[in-house]
Amino acid sequence: MILDDFMLRALLAGAMVAAASGPLGCFVIWRRMAYFGDATAHAAILGVALALAFSISVFLGTLATALLMAVLVSTLAGRGWAMDTTLGVLAHSALALGLVAVSFLPAVRVDLTAYLFGDILTVSWSELWVIGAGAMAVLGLLLWRWRSLLTATISEELAQSNGIRPDLERLVLTLALAITVAASLRVVGALLIAAMLIVPAAAARVYARSPEGMAILAVLLGWIAVSAGLGLSLSLDTPAGPSIVTAAAAIFTGSVAGAGIWQRLRRHD
Amino acid sequence: MIAPLIRMAGVSVAYGNAAPVLSRIDFVLNVGEIVTIVGPNGSGKSTFLKAALGMTKPLVGTVERENRLRIGYVPQRLHLDPSLPLTVARFVKLGQFLDRNSIDSLLSRVGVPGVADRDLATLSGGQFQRVLLARALAGKPQLLALDEPTQGLDQPGIAAFYRLIEDVRRELGCAVLLVSHDLHVVMSASDRVLCLNGHICCQGTPSAVSAAPEYRALFGLGTGGALALYQHNHDHAHDHPDHAAAHEVHVHDP
Repeated sequence: MILDDFMLRALLAGAMVAAASGPLGCFVIWRRMAYFGDATAHAAILGVALALAFSISVFLGTLATALLMAVLVSTLAGRGWAMDTTLGVLAHSALALGLVAVSFLPAVRVDLTAYLFGDILTVSWSELWVIGAGAMAVLGLLLWRWRSLLTATISEELAQSNGIRPDLERLVLTLALAITVAASLRVVGALLIAAMLIVPAAAARVYARSPEGMAILAVLLGWIAVSAGLGLSLSLDTPAGPSIVTAAAAIFTGSVAGAGIWQRLRRHD
Repeated sequence: MIAPLIRMAGVSVAYGNAAPVLSRIDFVLNVGEIVTIVGPNGSGKSTFLKAALGMTKPLVGTVERENRLRIGYVPQRLHLDPSLPLTVARFVKLGQFLDRNSIDSLLSRVGVPGVADRDLATLSGGQFQRVLLARALAGKPQLLALDEPTQGLDQPGIAAFYRLIEDVRRELGCAVLLVSHDLHVVMSASDRVLCLNGHICCQGTPSAVSAAPEYRALFGLGTGGALALYQHNHDHAHDHPDHAAAHEVHVHDP
């Protein structure tokens, strides 16, 4: 099969998003921030509307609103608001507000589905550079702070006794999450970004024996999901973003089922 | 004269705009000293420990610690999300460089040999406390700080854990700052007991504190019979100089 230029770009874009969302997704799972990821991603639609209205780059617009949302959620949580309710209100409000805001823009300028579900097959080389830079920034942040992030995740008190400031580490994760959202918007879309964070990492948990192992495996499984999803999309003409997430879900199901069968076999030995 | 490890002067701590949890604390921890902090629930024991270690900033007052004080901290509880795969060995060397031999000997020292490759989530409560202790000891601390480390252990488990801390302290010569919810078991090991209830009610040697009216008002007399008895046995095994302290508590039991 000849790899068309647009397929190559799609593969690269997906691979870079998976490289960032794998390790970040592990932290999202370990710290139980799944809904937090959703709220941040949904806020991105509002960012799209604002960026188009004020004619600034969509990447910057989504980055700004995602960051704002993430900081807002962290602040409210820090003040003792019930996380579940706060996120439920904020996530859906941000999405609804974004959709309303987009409707004020001339229809020719916005293809809403592209932002809701991604449009990885039309990613241009220049967009690819932005996605790549975002993914590298996230990976760099996580690698740089890995040890303190991990310690703060295991126990904030232990971290404090080692001179680590858990609030700073939370901020690092918040920033990484906002960048990931902005970089992934074109690839899987606002509604499915959280899936790219959680599903590969959750599948990796089944086999991982160490935090690092889980992060690396999450990236590998993410890559498989991207390739399989794009293949599916190409052969069956299905939407690319949802196809990637479907592939990831299949990998997760396979992992969990496989681990269950393996354990049962070992017990019979 | 050796400088103290920690010196707190006029320290008050408050969370948010609420009334202070701790007020007007003056406290000095000397090299190698064992200090036990007791007090009812909500008396600010954990906050005291965190303020002393620099984990919580005081509202007013000063906390001075020896430069580069090596602290081994055993937290009150550690909830590890099962989604995080972590072996015992990896946990013990968290934030420090240790080879496999050191990890194995540390784990043997605290009485849980051979658990190095197990997942942290599979340990029992007692094993987990000992692994927490091993991690705290890994950096050869000058100060071992423990926040109610025996929660969830049964009585023999508690006694064994305290005996272990005493032994380890003798070997390392480190100071120990221990928050306890039960006075009777830890009394014999301590140089000093600090009775806390938002402020320092009374402090002194274990026998002095257990005789102090402030202490009796807080704890009453009849609560610790069984533990005091256990303490008694434990003292026999170790021939400890503070034997009298345990006796005193025991004798006053109705």
